[in-house]
Amino acid sequence: MEPFQTLDAVAAPIDRANIDTDAIIPKQFLKTIKRTGLGVSLFYDWRYLADGKTPNPDFVLNQDRYKNARILVARQNFGSGSSREHAPWALLDYGIRSILAPSFADIFYNNCFKNGILPVRLPEDQIDRLFREIPKQSGYRITVDLPSQTVTLPDQTRWSFDIDPFRKKCLLEGLDDIGLTLALKDRISEYENRRKVEAPWLFSHHGA
Amino acid sequence: MGKTLFEKVWDDHIVAETDGATLLYIDRQLVHEVTSPQAFEGLRMGGRPVRRPDATLAVPDHNVPTTDRSRGIQDPVSALQIQTLEENARTFHVPIFSMNDIRQGIVHVIAPEQGFTLPGMTIVCGDSHTSTHGAFGTLAFGIGTSEVEHVLATQTLLQRKPKTFLIRISGDFPAGTTAKDLVLALIGRIGTDGGTGYVLEFAGPAIRKLTMEGRMTVCNMAIEAGARAGMIAPDEVTFEYLRNRPMAPKGALWEKAVKAWESLSSDPDAQYDRTLDFDLSSLAPQVTWGTNPGMVLPVTGQVPDPSGAPDEVTRTNIKNALEYMGIAPGTPLENLKVDRVFIGSCTNGRIEDLRQAASIIRGRKVSSHVSAMVVPGSGLVRAQAEKEGLDRVFIEAGFEWREPGCSMCLGMNPDQLAPGERCASTSNRNFEGRQGKGGRTHLVSPSMAAAAAIAGCFVDIRSWS
Repeated sequence: MEPFQTLDAVAAPIDRANIDTDAIIPKQFLKTIKRTGLGVSLFYDWRYLADGKTPNPDFVLNQDRYKNARILVARQNFGSGSSREHAPWALLDYGIRSILAPSFADIFYNNCFKNGILPVRLPEDQIDRLFREIPKQSGYRITVDLPSQTVTLPDQTRWSFDIDPFRKKCLLEGLDDIGLTLALKDRISEYENRRKVEAPWLFSHHGA
Repeated sequence: MGKTLFEKVWDDHIVAETDGATLLYIDRQLVHEVTSPQAFEGLRMGGRPVRRPDATLAVPDHNVPTTDRSRGIQDPVSALQIQTLEENARTFHVPIFSMNDIRQGIVHVIAPEQGFTLPGMTIVCGDSHTSTHGAFGTLAFGIGTSEVEHVLATQTLLQRKPKTFLIRISGDFPAGTTAKDLVLALIGRIGTDGGTGYVLEFAGPAIRKLTMEGRMTVCNMAIEAGARAGMIAPDEVTFEYLRNRPMAPKGALWEKAVKAWESLSSDPDAQYDRTLDFDLSSLAPQVTWGTNPGMVLPVTGQVPDPSGAPDEVTRTNIKNALEYMGIAPGTPLENLKVDRVFIGSCTNGRIEDLRQAASIIRGRKVSSHVSAMVVPGSGLVRAQAEKEGLDRVFIEAGFEWREPGCSMCLGMNPDQLAPGERCASTSNRNFEGRQGKGGRTHLVSPSMAAAAAIAGCFVDIRSWS
C-alpha cells in the first residue's frame, strides 16, 4: 500500500448526501478478479451518458477544471451500502487519495485505510463552506496533511481533524497489517487452544 | 455492571489489545465469488495458507444464473469469477457448495440453514448483509476484501469497539405487517446513517415472538440503518431452528453448547450508549418511495414534496430521488403501477417468505402488465417450497420459478430491470441503478410484493381483497 503523508491537490465537489457504493462503482464492474483498472468506471452511471461511453458534461469530474482532482468533497454518509472494496479501488485507480465529508459509512471508511486513501470527517459548516467556495475559484486546491492532521484551504484557513492513532500509523507507513497480525500468531494459537476447551463446538462441525 | 449481548460476544473473542484496536478472533468466514478473488490472490502472492479452512465456507451466489443451469454460465466474465472461486477453494482446501449442489444459495441463507451459523460466534463475510446472522446472537458483519484476506490468513481482525444501541420493540404486529415492515419503518425513523458506529440490539416481546426467518430479515437490514451488525439474543426459537442442522453440534456437545448460549442475553443492568423504544401498534405495510431505504412511508402515504423540506440538503435529496423514480411530488403510493415484481434475496428469500407470498397469490393471476419472479434463497428452500406445492401456486399465477441466488437484488447476473421499469422488490436496497441502470426499486414485504403482482400496483393488503 502506498503511504499517505501530505496531499496538495485540486478538490472536486459532488453535492450529494448518501453517495452509495453502487453509485461509486456499479455491479457490472464487480466481476473482475483484479484490483486495478476500475478507475474508468468510477461513478459510471453519473459520469457517462446513456451510451455508457460519452462523458456526461454535467458531471463534476468531467469538467475541465476538476480533471486533475485528487480530493473529493461530498455530503454526509459517503460510501453507504455494499461492502465492495471495489469502491476504494475505483477511487484510487482514478487518482482520488482523500475524501472530505461530514460522515462516512463504517465499512467504506475502513476499506479506504486498506488502500492508502484518507477519508476526513469535517463538521457540516466546514463542508458547507467548501461547497460555496470551490465552484467560485477555478483550480481550488486543498492541502490534506496527515502528520499534523490538518486540512488547509487556499486562504490558509486551517482545520484539524481526528483520526484513530493506529490507522494513522498504518497509513503514514503504508503498513501491511496481515504481517503485523502474523507477528502475534502465538497469541492466536493460545486463544484457539483455550477456546477448544471452553467452546469445543466451534472447532468440530459436521458436514461440508 | 452487567454486560450487553454484544459485549459478551466481543469479550469472548479478544485475542490481544494493540494501540487502541482489538485483535478479534473470527469463528466463521463465508466466502463468495465477488469479493474473494483478490483476497486469495493476496495469499498466493504472500505465500500464506488459509489458517482454518474448516471455519470457512465458500459458495457462488451473486453471479449465478437463475434460469436453466445445465447450459452453464453464458457471460464469460461471470463464468471466470465463479471458476476462480472453485479453483481457490480447491487450492486452499476451503469447503464449497458449487452451483449445482442442492445446498448452494445466497451465502446468508445457506449458513444458518446448515447450522454453520451458531449463537455467540463472530462471523464475517465480504458482504454487507452479513448482519443477517446476528439473528442468532452472533456478532456478524460485512468486511472489505483486504479484511477477507486478513481473516483467511490469521482468523482474526483488527477492530475498534463499536458503540451499543438498544432498540426495544413493544406491541404486536398488526394484521398485514411483517418483520420487513418493522425494519423499514425503523430505518425511516433513524435514517440510513442512524446506526453508524453502533451495533444494534433488537429486543422486546415482539422480537421474542418472531420466527428465525423474521429475525433474520430484521438483522439483515441493520446495515441499511448504517449499523454494521444487528443482534438478537438467542432463545428456544433459536435452538429449535438449529437443532439437527447438518453442521450444528450433536448429542452431548449440543447440550453443552445450548447451556453456554442460554447465558448470552444482555444482563438486566447492562448499559447501552443509545436506546430507542419502537411501538408496533401503529405499524402499517411499508413501501419505499426514493433511492435509499430510509425514504419509506406507509402504503397509504403520499411521496413528499421537496418544497416542504426543512433544509436545502433534504430538498435536494428528495428532488433527486423523485426525479430518478419518475414520481411527481405528493403522489399517493397506492395505485402506483408496477412493471416487475421480485420475490427473493437474503432479506426475504426464505421458506417463510415464500409461504407468505404464496398465501396472497393462491388462486389468483399476475396482472397482465406485470412480469413477476420468485428466486428462492437456496436450493434447499426451493426444494422445501416444491414439497409444499408452493412452486405450483406461483407458476399457476404467472410467476417465474427460478434457481437460487442473489439475482435481481443487485442484478449481477442477467436478472435486471430495464431503464424506467418500476419494481416491487422484497430485497434490501433501492439505490439508483441497483437492480439495473435506470431501474426504479420499491422495497416491500413478500406479501406486499405478491399483492402488487396481482393488482398491478401497490395496494394496502390490510383492506385489499
